[in-house]
Amino acid sequence: MTAGPRQAYRDVVLTVPVTVPYQRYSIDAAHWWFGAALRQLSKASGISHKDMDGLCAASFSLAPDSAVALTQHLGMSVRWLDTVPLGGASAVASIRRAARAVESGDADVVACIAADTNHIDSFRQSLSNFSRFAQDAVYPMGAGGANASFAHLTRNYMDRFGATREDFGRICVAQRQNALSNPNALMKKPLTLDAYMAAPPISDPVHLFDCVMPCAGADAFLVMREETARAQGLDFVRLTGSIERHHSFPEDPVQERGGWARDVDDLYAMAGTSPQGIDVLQTYDDYPVIIMLQFEDLGFCGKGEAPEFVRSHDLTFGGDFPQNTGGGQLSTGQAGAAGGHLGVVETMRQLMGQAGDRQVSEARRGMALGFGMINYERGLSSGAVILEASA
Amino acid sequence: MTRPVPPKKNPLLRTQVPLLPPQPRSLRGHLLIAAAATGRFALQRCAECGTVAYPARDACSECLSPDLPLTDVPAGGTLLSETTIRNTADPYFRRLTPIRQGLIQSDAGPQIIAFLHRDCTPNGRVTLSLKLDAGGQPVVFAFPEGPAAPDAEEDPILRELTADPLHARILLTDGRHPASVALCKALLGAGAAHIFVGVAERWKPSAQIDALAAVEGVELIDLDPRDERSVMDAAADLAGKIEIVVNSAYHYRPGSLLDSGAALRIKDMMEVGALGLVRLSQTFGAAMMGRGADGDRPALAWVNLLSITAQLAHPAAVTYSAAQAAELSVAQSLRGMLRGGGVRVVNVFHGALDIDWFEQVPPPKLGAGALSKGVVDALKRGLEDVYLGAEAEDFRERMDQNPKEVERSRWT
Repeated sequence: MTAGPRQAYRDVVLTVPVTVPYQRYSIDAAHWWFGAALRQLSKASGISHKDMDGLCAASFSLAPDSAVALTQHLGMSVRWLDTVPLGGASAVASIRRAARAVESGDADVVACIAADTNHIDSFRQSLSNFSRFAQDAVYPMGAGGANASFAHLTRNYMDRFGATREDFGRICVAQRQNALSNPNALMKKPLTLDAYMAAPPISDPVHLFDCVMPCAGADAFLVMREETARAQGLDFVRLTGSIERHHSFPEDPVQERGGWARDVDDLYAMAGTSPQGIDVLQTYDDYPVIIMLQFEDLGFCGKGEAPEFVRSHDLTFGGDFPQNTGGGQLSTGQAGAAGGHLGVVETMRQLMGQAGDRQVSEARRGMALGFGMINYERGLSSGAVILEASA
Repeated sequence: MTRPVPPKKNPLLRTQVPLLPPQPRSLRGHLLIAAAATGRFALQRCAECGTVAYPARDACSECLSPDLPLTDVPAGGTLLSETTIRNTADPYFRRLTPIRQGLIQSDAGPQIIAFLHRDCTPNGRVTLSLKLDAGGQPVVFAFPEGPAAPDAEEDPILRELTADPLHARILLTDGRHPASVALCKALLGAGAAHIFVGVAERWKPSAQIDALAAVEGVELIDLDPRDERSVMDAAADLAGKIEIVVNSAYHYRPGSLLDSGAALRIKDMMEVGALGLVRLSQTFGAAMMGRGADGDRPALAWVNLLSITAQLAHPAAVTYSAAQAAELSVAQSLRGMLRGGGVRVVNVFHGALDIDWFEQVPPPKLGAGALSKGVVDALKRGLEDVYLGAEAEDFRERMDQNPKEVERSRWT
């Protein structure tokens, strides 16, 4: 079997990036966060939620409901519906599915919403039954959760490629600096490299500031055809390329690359660009080691060169390689499945000139990445989208 | 064996409540319990293409065959990466941090996440084992390859997965069991602090009881499992300071179904065995259940010495078989009960013992020394079902293959 040529996206746009401000803990259900996000989408777009004919929902905390229950709960009557349970890869997957739906006319306006609540014991409960493999063969061995899983990836990466804690620290410090200009970021205090290095170990070599903080929140946007956006008078960004891959490179004993490495050429070819053409990048950042894999797998540097790359680049929004310009999840918080949507709405804001104090100048083309689902000992899902400014 | 004797418990301090590690497992995940219970390293192996599947699967990821039987596989492996978990949201594991965890390339094929023994070296070779956790669910524990270092059994996670009798205070419920002297010597040899040995009707002269009394570290107590009052009195004195119970109730009489008095005989034997176990469970068992996490001296295990006739009636010992089956049933319930307290129930199955009652049975028979050694070994390795001696092992293998064959050949 040979892969056929991929059809370019025809006039698919993303509009109305919205964020329901994150909270460390919430007494409300995920449904409340979905409702708040949908209300903002409706207000900002001038399109009643009753007139939106597509919904793509991502959440870890919606049980026992799925997206179909949301249609009744929120009074929508859609003709296209999807639930994307892919964790950090949900946003990319949502865009890809919604794009083809609006392109073909199966739907005109798709609301892509990721929302999760975080009750005081939610995190432990979701760790303990995250997946069957994790329940059978990871969690009973010390209940280290994602921290321990990423500790193995981090340790292996350090051993193989000579990365040091300081290298990971540079990423976290830069992102914190970015977060200080993002009113929605839960982390409000500056972070120094000394403070990063002095943080307590959580699951060696992962230390406190390598870990995202679970929180409640929602991020959302609308996918539609360009003509629809223009008719509504909405500013938008164009979708020009995307990739998605699940369970790539099972032959690697420890994960050192994500599915991006397999599909990266496809991504740039579809968007007609190259790593040099990306003005602003939002990586998926549940742990800094994954950011390094993305720098390499997306071609910003070679395999094993990410430590040197972070030493020689300024990753802040004013720097020579603007990355996670809103602070990323590491400094904003990880609102469950919304973690992947965070990078998409930030990319949209940067390309639409709505990023306020943290606006990257001349941001014409951006990339948002997704990664997720440590089903057993590695993250299974990866994805990427390239978006371009409208004018 | 250099761990110091734990200090006396301060009665003013709170007794730590037993907690259990995460217990849920998938249907297929439960397959590994059988291997862990008997001390084998066995994983699912595809009957069609030979690929070893882990974590437990419902289909082979190579050929999609659903035929993935539990199969003994090589236990070696190489450590790919390790972490030390210092922070967890799980209340049970919070008590045990820091916890070493490794990602291992197993010789059998799959990557395996396992607890790491403290002596494992970075990127070194390991020997994998399946163990039962405090709640009886399977986990993987990696030892360093090669001979064990001194005090290897002192690894803190390994201690959670085993019931080493070192410094334990033990109750042997019936001093008249034919192996009682050997059992006491073996347990004391393994470092047991003190053994209380129950004796019913102590006025009856017995050379064996005299021999027991002469063993240093053994203390005879009045205990008649047939008598509720007697069990309650003994428990009132001792139940709070026993870490291991060895239920050695032994009352063997042969006989067939047509013997006059067969029913009465079953009743007599059940008074000692099954019903005695009920009385001991209600007193000593209940106390141990609350002490599964009791500081330096947690309640560890309850051993039942049972005959393989508990699983399949024997024509030469019909009444005994019935009583043993009843006792096994109670033992299973006790296991279910004590799991909640993190206390293991070890069922030790044996064939004919090498004693007068089995004079007419040809060898191989099980001697007191082998029985005692097997009990200590089961405790130290954290086993749950143990078949001791050639006859019991033969029985297990044949029952695994075809229980109907064993039933027919026994009864012809």
